[in-house]
Amino acid sequence: MTHQFKTRMEQAHQRGDYKALLDLIPYARLIGIECTRLGDELLFRMPANKDNIGNPILPAIHGGVIAGFMELSAAFHLWVATEAPGVERSLPKIVDFSLDYLRAGQFRDTYATCQVWRQGRRVANVAITAWQSTPAEPIATARAHFKIQEQGHP
Amino acid sequence: MTDNPLLERAARFVSALRHCQVLGIEVHDASADGMTLLLPYSPQIVGDPQTGIIHGGALTSLMDTACGMATLCVLPEFEVCPTLDLRIDYMHPAEPHKPVFGFAQCYRVTTDVIFTRGFAYQDDPEQPIAHVVGTFMRMGKRLKGTRGFGSSIKGEQA
Repeated sequence: MTHQFKTRMEQAHQRGDYKALLDLIPYARLIGIECTRLGDELLFRMPANKDNIGNPILPAIHGGVIAGFMELSAAFHLWVATEAPGVERSLPKIVDFSLDYLRAGQFRDTYATCQVWRQGRRVANVAITAWQSTPAEPIATARAHFKIQEQGHP
Repeated sequence: MTDNPLLERAARFVSALRHCQVLGIEVHDASADGMTLLLPYSPQIVGDPQTGIIHGGALTSLMDTACGMATLCVLPEFEVCPTLDLRIDYMHPAEPHKPVFGFAQCYRVTTDVIFTRGFAYQDDPEQPIAHVVGTFMRMGKRLKGTRGFGSSIKGEQA
């Protein structure tokens, strides 16, 4: 996967389309995560999908899917943001994850953006915001800690 | 069926949640002490194809569902309880090709809010792969659609 990953990462950066990279992650395909680059920002999208519904009454997206979308977005964001040429990496490992659900996730497309608030040598702190109508009305906010592989210590 | 009405209600509840069906989540045990769900291993929930380790998101879905369904163990009547917040601490990665069990219980029930906690494990509950705490909001049983859904998971004809 590593060689495949490096080639796909270079292509993804050039095109601003990360589909080929996300396709390497089965769980990303299951819930249907997409990623595009807008300027220097990464925007994640999870299109409306009946298989992601949790609450049949509303209907609403399963809270676990929203969490999975945000967690994977954060890991992927960090992966892309910290990618150095010639360095072989895998997705950063999650240490802990905390999220607040602010609104029900309606049966429609969901978006997420991430911000790396602190990147230390071994651990990074990433904040994630997920919304559906406008970023000013998030459906959930979260933060995650990831363990990063130290460079030069494979 | 068994002679455990709580287990039967829980099984009907989980069968109504589409995403849980996609993940193959089943009720393993349900009692006054708490709820235990089972997440089978499947290639579609893998997060790292090099190792075959499942993604944390599938684990979060398991534990969010387990914590939410633990409210069935303490509430006399079915109520919709959306998640307010959830925190997961990952102890170590899940071993590939093995199911994950998710246990959750309610440790405090108030008029508006229910506090839950639980853990995920594979072979040994003493060696959890993740710890979780979650807070749930009580919406009451009069919310639109709740009564019908409450009756159907009880096994009553609509």
